[in-house]
Amino acid sequence: MTGWTRKDLLSLEDLSREELLILLDQAKAFQEVSLRPIKKVPALRGKTVVLCFLEPSTRTRASFELAAKRLSADILSIQPSSSSLVKGETILDTARNIEAMHVDVVVLRYRTSGVPMRVAQAIKPSVINAGDGSHEHPTQGLVDLFTIQQKKGRIDGLNVLIVGDILHSRVARSDLWGLTKLGANVTLCGPPTLVPHEMEAFGAKVSYDLKKEIPKADVLIALRLQMERQQDRYIPSSREYTRLYGIDREKLKLGSPDLIIMHPGPVNRGVELSPDVADGPQSVILDQVTNGIAVRMAVLYLVASVRGKEGAVGNEPSPGPEGDRFLEPDAPTKELMSS
Amino acid sequence: MTPPRILIKNGRLVDPSCGVDGIADLLIEAGRIKESGKGIKAAGAVEVDARGKVVAPGFIDLHVHLRSPGQEHKETIFTGSRAAAKGGFATVCSMANTDPVVDSSTVVEYVKGQNAKVGLVNILPYGAVTVGLKGENLTEMGDLKEAGVAGFSDDGASIMNAGVMRRALEYSQMTGLPIIAHCEDKHLTGNGVVHQGRTSTRLGLAGIPSESETVMIARDILLVQATGGRLHIAHVSTAGGVELVRAAKAKGIPVTAEVTPHHLALTEEALGTYDSRFKMNPPLRSEADVKALQQGLKDGTLDAVATDHAPHALAEKEAELTQAPFGVIGLETAFGVLMTKLVHRGTLSLTDLIAALTIRPAKVLGIDRGTLKIGAVADVVILDPEIAWTVDKETFASKSANSPFLDWGLKGRVTDLFVGGKSVLHNSQFVNGDLG
Repeated sequence: MTGWTRKDLLSLEDLSREELLILLDQAKAFQEVSLRPIKKVPALRGKTVVLCFLEPSTRTRASFELAAKRLSADILSIQPSSSSLVKGETILDTARNIEAMHVDVVVLRYRTSGVPMRVAQAIKPSVINAGDGSHEHPTQGLVDLFTIQQKKGRIDGLNVLIVGDILHSRVARSDLWGLTKLGANVTLCGPPTLVPHEMEAFGAKVSYDLKKEIPKADVLIALRLQMERQQDRYIPSSREYTRLYGIDREKLKLGSPDLIIMHPGPVNRGVELSPDVADGPQSVILDQVTNGIAVRMAVLYLVASVRGKEGAVGNEPSPGPEGDRFLEPDAPTKELMSS
Repeated sequence: MTPPRILIKNGRLVDPSCGVDGIADLLIEAGRIKESGKGIKAAGAVEVDARGKVVAPGFIDLHVHLRSPGQEHKETIFTGSRAAAKGGFATVCSMANTDPVVDSSTVVEYVKGQNAKVGLVNILPYGAVTVGLKGENLTEMGDLKEAGVAGFSDDGASIMNAGVMRRALEYSQMTGLPIIAHCEDKHLTGNGVVHQGRTSTRLGLAGIPSESETVMIARDILLVQATGGRLHIAHVSTAGGVELVRAAKAKGIPVTAEVTPHHLALTEEALGTYDSRFKMNPPLRSEADVKALQQGLKDGTLDAVATDHAPHALAEKEAELTQAPFGVIGLETAFGVLMTKLVHRGTLSLTDLIAALTIRPAKVLGIDRGTLKIGAVADVVILDPEIAWTVDKETFASKSANSPFLDWGLKGRVTDLFVGGKSVLHNSQFVNGDLG
């Protein structure tokens, strides 16, 4: 079919330019599904998608859930309060148990960097990283690429300014890899304690002077400031942060009228974005949310299609007596897979 | 029972303590080196053929965690002793961060009793510098010395209070024993788990900056310059640390230092898969740091190779990277790794490697081991520098398998070990009767 060969989506750093374009094309094709009166295609009928969000999330979880539903997948939700991780089970153990129930895709959000990679190495189902620690948030990165492409008609050659806590931001890392692979010029801006200069080695420009950068920008992505950074002494106060790096109408005047404002959400209104900017005409924040569904449909569809090719769905030998107890009848999936 | 006479024949005798390097026989009698030279005849002696192999003093490891008492699920005196023997170590120094901490003569006596029950290798316990490793009150160092500690260390914890460290360096002088300093500024480390640099930035992991180590090395060097006493820097991991020690030695300040095989052989890049087998403190550093450590070992700035053997159970290590404990095992792979990464590649001579495992650590402690001179305690190791083998997690003698070198193909292995004239290891297998 498309040339997509990855079982998992763990990071945008891993992906080639071609793979990014396949994902964006597929997302574009799924965009109209959400505009139909009956918002459903049978692409993942009989497949099971596990939404394993072990860190609070509203937007990403809802977006994945709707994406999976619109692809006709069955959904299992695992959340921190209901998970046996609170009983001290390790994440790898949880993952192996989920695997034993013959699921197809595990969408994993976790507080610690690298855990989706470890899980993907340990289990056969596809793993989609829905945000891991400060490492990556690849589907949010894809949403940002898709939205920029949609609003600007291109990515190549654009100046993209990412503002805020780069050090702890998984979105910033995914954006950086995706944007640079597609030819954008990326500038990272924020207080020096939150913008690691090592990022320059990965093709970004680092700046501490927001007012100097805004005039050059085509796209501005503001990041959420975690309030605990002040307690961690990375910044003296959120007051000064907002004064220097918060985007308000006055700072926006320095930029081009075509500058678009993005934010991965949730916004600290009045901290990194003033309410009139967040809700203003240059903001495309709600378009990002809308696009999230098509992008995640594309990701679910592509990784699941790779598993289909291996003929692995529901047909593995039982991993052991533990697995038997949870074994459910195989769904009739084969004929629906070849799209 | 008197150990039998043993004649090790036709090996290449390498003993940096007296500049020996050549084919010769070595005769062990009554647990001591009796004679070395060509064509030794000894009627009735057990003969060991060492043709094609290297015969050297038994290795000395200044830094191991044997975990006993209190953490026997990670390692016991027995499993740790066997791991040491397999690695060619006739003497290991055990760190005091057990439970209870080795901070009183009572605990030292207990540890010595346990060690004697196993009796496989020579274990020299360190005593803590401060009570409970809390970095506050000094231990009764006079008592500890009389009970038999080889030095003082709060390893695992850093003595953050400079006033306490100064007092410790002053007070310990009456014992003549070194303070082995784990140099780390805890505020600079913060919640870091890997080296702060390119890899931590890429992987989104909290970093431990090089300055966490260098700031403390500088502090402790300045303190020992003022107080006198003896300072030994544990596990130097940074180029900056090497530079500080080099400069201090040039000024005649009484400081020595050690480096681990993993810091000599691996860089931060190993963390790319978030595998906790590569998580230790200090962390794996950059390529430039590794080069500086290798140079430091070669020119003698770094006195000794010490493994910082730190066993952890699989259940502990398989936690996610941020939660898993720091530390890797190292006794059984040290020689093979350093042969493969340094000696066979021409970075370090075999003689220098053996010196860093024998006479140089012996001098750090001021003990009469690590030499094959006539009359010395017969700690002798036989090495096959060319034999190829694969590190297999199923075959560790250690109770734990948290090695960063799993599945590595190595060239060079310890085949035989004699401790005090007693055969402990032969053809890389434990000698019957010592299985405990």
